[in-house]
Amino acid sequence: MCLGVPGKVVSVLGSVAVVDFWGVRREVCLDIVDEPVAPGDYILNHVGFAIRRIPEEDIGETLLLYETLMGESAPDDLMAADVRAEIEGAQRRNG
Amino acid sequence: MDSTRQLKFRDPATARRLASTIARVTREIGRSPVSVMHVCGSHEQAIAKFGLRSTFPKELNVIMGPGCPVCVTDMPEVDEGVALARQGVAVASYGDMLRVRGTALSLSDVQAEGARIEVVYSATQAVELARRTKEEVVFFATGFETTAVATAAVVRSHPPDNFSVLSAHKYIPPVMEIVAEMPSSRVEGFLAAGHAATITGWGIFEAFVERHGVPVVVAGFEPLDILAGLARLVELVRDRKPAVENMFPRCVTKEGNRRAQEELWSVFRLVGGRWRGIAHVPNGNLRLRDEWAHLDARRRFSIDIASLWDGAPPALSADCICGDIMSGIASPSDCRLFGKECVPDSPVGACMVSSEGTCKIWHQYGGHPDLGAS
Repeated sequence: MCLGVPGKVVSVLGSVAVVDFWGVRREVCLDIVDEPVAPGDYILNHVGFAIRRIPEEDIGETLLLYETLMGESAPDDLMAADVRAEIEGAQRRNG
Repeated sequence: MDSTRQLKFRDPATARRLASTIARVTREIGRSPVSVMHVCGSHEQAIAKFGLRSTFPKELNVIMGPGCPVCVTDMPEVDEGVALARQGVAVASYGDMLRVRGTALSLSDVQAEGARIEVVYSATQAVELARRTKEEVVFFATGFETTAVATAAVVRSHPPDNFSVLSAHKYIPPVMEIVAEMPSSRVEGFLAAGHAATITGWGIFEAFVERHGVPVVVAGFEPLDILAGLARLVELVRDRKPAVENMFPRCVTKEGNRRAQEELWSVFRLVGGRWRGIAHVPNGNLRLRDEWAHLDARRRFSIDIASLWDGAPPALSADCICGDIMSGIASPSDCRLFGKECVPDSPVGACMVSSEGTCKIWHQYGGHPDLGAS
């Protein structure tokens, strides 16, 4: 529960963003992120909330981290499961 | 044999260089063991998954402290959730919490009896549940400050009248004080978790370092981030330099996320309370402020947990050493239940239940991940 997950913002409506996590699109709440967030930005999602807008220069490094953590994981791998749970923390889109 | 060669690092040369720095600096300290502690399940997962312990010198003891929020949720707190569920209230909980036993029962035990327990991945999903029903929905809010911020945000977002919060949230900095003072642990440095510090900022550790004279290094979660953090930490120990250093600047600033902190402290206040198996931790628990009393399940319902205490605790749990493991004074391999009576499919202690528990992590990634060095 302390590993956030990065995703790319697809659209923003009010305090909710649609965010793409490796092809999975979910809604993420923007109530606690401390910078304006716009489509094309990357955010760090934790339990359904963006906790940080990832600065542009850090995006590549951040995504690589997850590729290392998730790469070649067994189906029951704990880290990979926690990362998937973080993506589940974002809301499925209605309709 | 150079054990880093077998690991799937994206930059093995850097990993080898960092591992050799850690080994050299630890030996320069000239004491054995040198014990440093991290307080994050994700750090332990990465250390175990990538076999990092096999690269550490035998003089360096890297231990996981109370970094598993599910594990430190105290038995009476689980009892409150269990009692509410038995009273006919729908209880929404993070999934890891379901099989953690209170004094006698877990949420999954009462679910089997027919109580309504709903697994959610976020506080927002608990609110959505409440919107879809007229029944009372209680969100059993567990986790450290990073997760508490999300709970704070939903509390402030005008949830429906049938929604309330049973807060078992815990706050990490005070328990670091407790562990730092434990004579049996002799922790000489702390590795702090990057994403928690994203919210709190690294400045939060300055007062701790000043009080205890123990360095703190903020580190990320990638194997190289952890090795770099440990290399810096042992240097600070060697140089007797109690300081806070941020080795995860791409994610962590000194101030942290102020907006999130404002949300957190506008909803929660600190109170003392027990952390399972560890100690009473002054200011270790986050509870709803009086302004939010109308959303506090403890004030909305009369929660009868005493009725759960008639049965004696299960006999095996007396042998469980989860508390010593979380305090950093024992490791899972010191436990006579580990891997025998206590396995992920039938856990005895909370550390074998959660994906962030030390025992479950060691069990999944090979039981004794530090034996890979030879």
